[in-house]
Amino acid sequence: MSSNKLIHALYTDDDVLLSAVKQVRDKRYQIEEVFTPFPVHGLEKAMGIADTRLAINAFLYGIVGLCFATAMMNYVMIEDWPQDIGGKPSFSYLENMPAFVPIMFEMTVFFAAHLMVITFYMRSRLWPFKKAENPDVRTTDDHFLMEIDANGADIDEATKFLYDTGAVEIKLIDKEAN
Amino acid sequence: MAHYEASIRRPLVTGDKTYSDVTRDIARPVEGVANKQWWIVFTIALIAFLYGIGCITYTISTGIGVWGLNKTIGWAWDITNFVWWVGIGHAGTLISAVLLLFRQKWRMAINRSAEAMTIFSVIQAGLFPIIHMGRPWLAYWVLPIPNQFGSLWVNFNSPLLWDVFAISTYLSVSLVFWWTGLLPDFAMIRDRAITPFNKKIYGILSFGWSGRAKDWQRFEEVSLVLAGLATPLVLSVHTIVSFDFATAVIPGWHTTIFPPYFVAGAVFSGFAMVNTLLIIMRKVVSLENYITIQHIELMNIVIMITGSIVGVAYITELFVAWYSGVEYEQYAFLNRATGPYWWAYWSMMTCNVLSPQFMWFKKLRTSIMFSFFISIVVNIGMWFERFVIIVTSLHRDFLPSSWTMFSPTFVDIGIFIGTIGFFFVLFLLYARTFPVIAQAEVKSILKVSGSMYKKLREEKEAKHE
Repeated sequence: MSSNKLIHALYTDDDVLLSAVKQVRDKRYQIEEVFTPFPVHGLEKAMGIADTRLAINAFLYGIVGLCFATAMMNYVMIEDWPQDIGGKPSFSYLENMPAFVPIMFEMTVFFAAHLMVITFYMRSRLWPFKKAENPDVRTTDDHFLMEIDANGADIDEATKFLYDTGAVEIKLIDKEAN
Repeated sequence: MAHYEASIRRPLVTGDKTYSDVTRDIARPVEGVANKQWWIVFTIALIAFLYGIGCITYTISTGIGVWGLNKTIGWAWDITNFVWWVGIGHAGTLISAVLLLFRQKWRMAINRSAEAMTIFSVIQAGLFPIIHMGRPWLAYWVLPIPNQFGSLWVNFNSPLLWDVFAISTYLSVSLVFWWTGLLPDFAMIRDRAITPFNKKIYGILSFGWSGRAKDWQRFEEVSLVLAGLATPLVLSVHTIVSFDFATAVIPGWHTTIFPPYFVAGAVFSGFAMVNTLLIIMRKVVSLENYITIQHIELMNIVIMITGSIVGVAYITELFVAWYSGVEYEQYAFLNRATGPYWWAYWSMMTCNVLSPQFMWFKKLRTSIMFSFFISIVVNIGMWFERFVIIVTSLHRDFLPSSWTMFSPTFVDIGIFIGTIGFFFVLFLLYARTFPVIAQAEVKSILKVSGSMYKKLREEKEAKHE
């Protein structure tokens, strides 16, 4: 493939964008991406994006944190160097557990929060020195950009249709395929 | 948009703002130059900070003996300041996490600055235990790391160690929560930047945020889950701080009511500090249309409620001391209220229990000057609360021959002033370089709660009738 044709349709209202997304999908155009300045509720549903599983990740990371805290304190306080503190000797983890609850909790939160955020940054490809990929700088201000696959589509017809959905500006992008 | 709110609700964003107005208003302080007032306040804060560094250096090079501590009173201003700063640090997470879970939209104008305040004040708090160690270069000994001293580990039964874990978890989780929320707003400033230097800096800070639909979906999920994690976390932090005292056997400290009492006090002082900072900031950077009187009023109501909870806790303490029948416990509280530190106790009572009751009056809680005044009073009162708990419980111990008073040296005072300076240095720098309002979130509620959209909708509805 030598080139990849894309249409960039810009909108200035989130409600107009939302109905446009529905119309475009009904017409069987392929929406590649939508860039918005703020979270538009219902957009991912309208685009047919699957639910994110980050919350499930966070739950699993939390369990890892809890296990880590338990293993660490069991090793330090019970196995490696048991001490008799305040007349309460360390014979078993279970008997000493109440004193370990605060740290078991803190470690659960620590692991769940940090590993979830790291997962989010990796999955969404966010890190320092990463180059921004929004095609138009106005999409962080007050414009909403819909990127549509235009290969094999009638450009004139598509343009007219997109203006009818409320687009304020339409651009044809010829992206060189790598 | 799923729902539109009733017209009886006052708009959260006034001044008929559009999306691009929001962008412009929030980018303005970052893009403009600092005015004279900013420089004056910054200079004062910087001098205070440098003085504090001097006092810290003197303490570390000479020893803790330069403080006013003595044989009887081994904890005084240092731990008072520590607890005071940690308490202030509670409001940010409370506003951004708890109010997010309760879907309180008014949080959006203030959560960014409240979280900044949280992070900056927890940094101040963290300084005190480290300085108090005397040899801060060995601070890493509080971590459970294998070492060269044989099987010498930290003691996981100690509340002081729980504190290490609680505070560091809280600081680091608050930081990522804050930064994740900042990414879209840094991206907004990056995309408006004119000079290549600004573009580069905000490009790095924004982590290349592009605002894809999938990114926003993940962003919202992460915010929600972080809020769910941060809510019990913020409650646990001050609970664990209160364990530092509550698990001791000192009369006046050995109290089961401490965890909820400390958490309520922390929220109380934190909201007061948010009011102090935001009442000034909204004026200086002209954001009165975003941080409205309504916001200040709602914060005043929280201050009133938490102040009353704290008041109930004080009275419960007195009742339980009497009801316990333990004479040491009874004396500890009698001594607090009528002993040589009566003035500290009654300052605390006046500032924390009496002063918030003025907020029952709508005229007073919607007055900016009065809210500012009360916020300062509450900050002073909450400092006294920690001083009363710590010093009055220690200064008359079980052995009357060792009874004594505490007087701070210039070093005690200097370090405290230094942390206030450091806090304001950080906050003032933040106010000039960071988007001080979560503009992406504000834009997402503009159609529901913005004054212009509300008006348009009402006109439309009126026509249909």
